[in-house]
Amino acid sequence: MSKPADLVQGTLDLLILKIVALEPLNGWAISQRLKQISSEVLGVSDGSLYPALHKLEKLGWITAQWRSSENNRRAKFYSMTRLGRKQLEKETDNWNRISAAISAIVKLKEART
Amino acid sequence: MNFEQWLYTLPLRLRLRFRRKQVDQELKDELRDHLEQQINDNVARGMSHEDARYRATRALGGITQIEQQCREARGGNATEDFVQDVRYGFRQLRRSPGFSALAILCLTLGIGANAVVFSWVEGILFRPYPAVTHQERLVALAGTARGESRPTEVSWPDFLDVRRSCTLCDQLFASKITGSTLSIGDHAESARGSIVSANYFDAIGVHPILGRGFEADEEVGSNAHPVVVISYQLWRDRFKGDPLIIGKVQRLDNVPHTIIGVAPEGFYGTFVGWAMQFWVPASMEENFESGGYKLEDRGAQWVESYVRLKPGATRAQAQQEISAIAKRLENRYPATNRGRGIGLWPLWQTPFNNAGVLLPTLEIMLAVVALVLLIACANVGNLLLVRSFARRHEMSVRLAIGASRSRLFRQLLTEGLILSALGAAGGLLVAYCCRHALALLLPVRSGVAMYLPGKIDWRVIAVSAGICLGATLIVGLFPALQTRKLELASALKAESSSVAGARGRARMRSGLVVLQVSLSFVLLAGGVLLLESLQKIRTTSPGFSTTSVVQTGVSLVPAGYDVPRARAFQDELIDRVRALSGVESAAFARVTPLGYIAYSSAPIAVDGYQPAPDEQTTVDFNQVGPAYFATLGIPLLSGREFSRGDDDNSPLVAIVNRAMVARYWGGQDPIGRRLKVKDGWARVVGVAADSRYESMRESPKPFFYVPLRQDFTRGPVLNIRTTQSLSSISAALVGVVHTLDSNLALYETITLQEQVNRSTSSQRVAVTLVTILGGLALLLAAVGLYGVMSYAVAQSKRELGLRMALGAGAPNLLGLVISRGLSLTAGGVLFGIVAGLALTRFLGKLLYNVNPHDPLAFGLALGVMTITAIAACLLPAWRATRTDPAQVLRDS
Repeated sequence: MSKPADLVQGTLDLLILKIVALEPLNGWAISQRLKQISSEVLGVSDGSLYPALHKLEKLGWITAQWRSSENNRRAKFYSMTRLGRKQLEKETDNWNRISAAISAIVKLKEART
Repeated sequence: MNFEQWLYTLPLRLRLRFRRKQVDQELKDELRDHLEQQINDNVARGMSHEDARYRATRALGGITQIEQQCREARGGNATEDFVQDVRYGFRQLRRSPGFSALAILCLTLGIGANAVVFSWVEGILFRPYPAVTHQERLVALAGTARGESRPTEVSWPDFLDVRRSCTLCDQLFASKITGSTLSIGDHAESARGSIVSANYFDAIGVHPILGRGFEADEEVGSNAHPVVVISYQLWRDRFKGDPLIIGKVQRLDNVPHTIIGVAPEGFYGTFVGWAMQFWVPASMEENFESGGYKLEDRGAQWVESYVRLKPGATRAQAQQEISAIAKRLENRYPATNRGRGIGLWPLWQTPFNNAGVLLPTLEIMLAVVALVLLIACANVGNLLLVRSFARRHEMSVRLAIGASRSRLFRQLLTEGLILSALGAAGGLLVAYCCRHALALLLPVRSGVAMYLPGKIDWRVIAVSAGICLGATLIVGLFPALQTRKLELASALKAESSSVAGARGRARMRSGLVVLQVSLSFVLLAGGVLLLESLQKIRTTSPGFSTTSVVQTGVSLVPAGYDVPRARAFQDELIDRVRALSGVESAAFARVTPLGYIAYSSAPIAVDGYQPAPDEQTTVDFNQVGPAYFATLGIPLLSGREFSRGDDDNSPLVAIVNRAMVARYWGGQDPIGRRLKVKDGWARVVGVAADSRYESMRESPKPFFYVPLRQDFTRGPVLNIRTTQSLSSISAALVGVVHTLDSNLALYETITLQEQVNRSTSSQRVAVTLVTILGGLALLLAAVGLYGVMSYAVAQSKRELGLRMALGAGAPNLLGLVISRGLSLTAGGVLFGIVAGLALTRFLGKLLYNVNPHDPLAFGLALGVMTITAIAACLLPAWRATRTDPAQVLRDS
């Protein structure tokens, strides 16, 4: 229903992992961070964030604890696991390789036209 | 999932498993938290509270949908989903108990009928011998004779030769059914037992719980080893479980036998049809079998035996080896073995017990119960379709709040699974109750019912479970397919009166009814064909009178009569019986036609007849007393009957039948010609008409008779032609026998018609079972038709109301509904006729002189189907006439 159709498959996972890698955050904060980082270009809706978080949690890449947030309300904080860190490295490598390849191709095309 | 991942996710999975509610609540909290923060954020940006909430909700999307997506993303809860589906399914079933009960009943009957027949097939054909090890490698061994379609027995020397030289046979053991009078205290009863080879108990892997089995030398010699192993049941019931039974002496047919062993509980011997009560070694054969000492006679075929193949050896390989052995025997002993072979049969085709007899019936039953199951599934599918319509709204709501279609699909299949699992459980219960029912359909002989137990083992349960899954797919699929067509918006808006897709559903339901009607029609037609055939087989003349002749017998051996005394007794008895009022004639014979006891057979030679090089001139014969032909009503075509003068002091004589004259004398009158039987030459004194000897289905075959007095046995059958009723003649007979010798007991007295009926009892079993199941099928089809018509009437209230308002009367509406019902029936019958024409020929072996396409049977089935259809439509039609036009028009 609210699937980010224009988001490259797995990109959302990568973004979430990257954000959570810096510090444990709750869902709201992650959504805010996402919006800042991607300057709303990627158009991640809040609706698709939560299923993605739960999926990553199930995969064991992130883990969640209930803690008090700064304004003293209990919230679910997601943090990175060792498994998630490995995955992030792998995904980042992948991403770099693919994006480099794609940029090369795009440049090639530009050069031709 | 690798270990690390498993470890990291363990707490989550544990919580999902055991703290589901809490996890769900946390999900809700998390989302609510997000929403509140967003609202605060929006307010901080200067929106009104209302506006802030609205925007925040818009930004997040449907909360319930996200929740559902999160749950699905969390995944790994397939079992959890399943448990939830099962719970939900049960709740649904409880909500409409009538529907559920009807659906489960249909499936119970459908699956139950299958489970019953499977349990019979398992217990009678595939694993017939409880406690016997490795039955999957057991095959039956019997003789074959060139030019004979029926297998014969084998001789003891041949059996020993095969046992010695067969390399692919792990074990070869003999087990020949016999009977005996068992007198314990002053109570005498008939008991069934087996004459077995000495290796019997070792070969089948059954070890006596007390005492021992037989030793190798106990199968050698003439009446040399009077020892017996008794069954557990006999030990417990007749000997009161005496722990000191071993070594005690028990008379069997008047010969004292030492009890050497007690077989374990749950072992019933190796004969399909009867539970064995005792086992004696082959050396005691003379005492139980007629025909004297046969252990060294290669010409006497009497042994029934089984082979356990070596692991890995196939029946075909063993057959090849045994055929080679038989060929060697034939070359070495041409006088006795010319034209003889030895064959192996799978257990379910065992030619010498009831497995072979019941096989065609059970084969047909397998097909019949499959049809019944299909009809039952169609019925339940129909019920579920109606309900899926009623639940359309529920389904739409579930879709709208975020359930995926695949989840709904699974939910509906789960409901189907619950229904069919309950049906299967019920079905197995039915099977358990009916596992001994087959024996009830077969005649009780001499007060002993047959023993034909069904067996419910893991194979039967596995097949039933498989059927259950199949049924789930069939019945669950119809409503599940409907969810595909569910249009969210329209379904939520619309009320049930205007529904897109209703037409498709109606077509599906009508299709199911057509299927039911056609399958029931096939069963009905098949049932009528079997009934006709039973009627024919029982009314066809067997070549002897059946109505005014009764048969009974007196067993003289157990009472200790020797041959001269027995002979004198028989003469005296015949004279007294003839003197009874209403008795026209009476005669003894060794074997009764169409009975279980086999005729003697002997190699013959005829003056002037040159047999072909490999022709086996063995012919069956019977030993009969004076006036036998007059008593049985077998016409003598020429010559004379035997007389009392034809005894062992006078020249041997014989009477031959017409088929024998045709074969050996080229149709020339044989009176006065010579016939060599075994070693003696007999003169033919008469020619009798052909009659049925072993089976009502056989075609005329050569047969001859010799005087009982020239080949005497002490336990023959007494035939009496009388004008009296069965009960008065049997009472009179008891009186006569008692005045002669009060120690003697009569066999059961029955008419020859009863004898014919018993010999055709497998046909009766088929008729009974097909009738029961056909009736069931008809009932199910009627319920299906009734359901569809009532539903159609309920759905077309508006149309009916309009018709009434426009002047249609009750008879018109009645006619309208019934004609709709009949048109469905007509469609079903049409398919049924086509299917029936294709299928009834598979009744083949069970039909007797009846054309599988007999128009009478099809016509009768059509009639029954039509009447049933009209009956099923009457109530809905009557309801249609009660439509209140004003009410209907107001409602719409």
